[in-house]
Amino acid sequence: MEEKFFELVEKHLNKEISNEERNELDALIEKNPELKTELEEQVRIKEVLKKMSFKNPSKEIWDSYWLGIYNKIERGFAWIAVSVGALILIVYGAIEAVNVFMKDTQTPGIIKFGTAAVIIGILVLLFSVLREKIYTFKKDKYKEVQR
Amino acid sequence: MTIDHTAKAEFEKLVKANMKRAYYTALGILGSHDAAMEISQEAFIRVYRNFDKYDRQKNFFTWYYKILKNLCLNFIRDNKRRKEENITGKDYYNENIFESYEQKELNQKLEEALLRLDIEDREIITLKEFENLSYNEIAETLGIAKGTVMSRLFYARKRLAENMKGSL
Repeated sequence: MEEKFFELVEKHLNKEISNEERNELDALIEKNPELKTELEEQVRIKEVLKKMSFKNPSKEIWDSYWLGIYNKIERGFAWIAVSVGALILIVYGAIEAVNVFMKDTQTPGIIKFGTAAVIIGILVLLFSVLREKIYTFKKDKYKEVQR
Repeated sequence: MTIDHTAKAEFEKLVKANMKRAYYTALGILGSHDAAMEISQEAFIRVYRNFDKYDRQKNFFTWYYKILKNLCLNFIRDNKRRKEENITGKDYYNENIFESYEQKELNQKLEEALLRLDIEDREIITLKEFENLSYNEIAETLGIAKGTVMSRLFYARKRLAENMKGSL
């Protein structure tokens, strides 16, 4: 089907078709009689669609719409603050605990070495995962779409 | 990210000016009041987080719609996955989204037919037939040519008519 037909159909459906365009549409239909059936189908479905409208939510829902967004934004910030604070405290506590452990003269050197190796391993793993996540986030243009 | 008071006021104004269009567009795509409410609000929150990237020379809804559509796609996929994996949760899609006066049966059939269309057809029908956007506005929102809007509308209506066979 040619593009002109789609344009003329839209004009016909919107009742904005001029006499000249009407003749053009008739000429296209005359050339290809199947277009008449297509046009009639479009008119029928358009009539159905014209009668339909979405249910309108109550005034209270619209009144609370903005508040809902505002609350979610505010709580989002609160969660970020709580998470960052907790992370800082956990990291500080962990560093202090490791310091105390390493300075303890009673602990054998091999245990200290093993503990240090575990901590370094965990840090390298965390760094590696984080770097991969950042790389994927930067490169994936469809990141907003979950697969 | 925090934004200053002027930008916050501007954001609030944009939400209030666009919330109905946002909700109804999501409703046409998702077919559920609760989901449309949730997703359209979430899209505004994403806008807020990226408000420094908002180009004021361009139409706000065009930018917002890209975010909304992605969230709708995610929602549909998650919902489908939940159903496939038999994970129980909130059942969206058990409501009538159209005003029902004397034509309740027709409403039901149209809703079913609309939800059987793919998202591309649903979005263009919603924007034109229920949101009454002009061809130019649809072209700008979807980033396609005006002629393409017309041909996509034609085929979307055709597929909708096929889904409603016997009811027209």
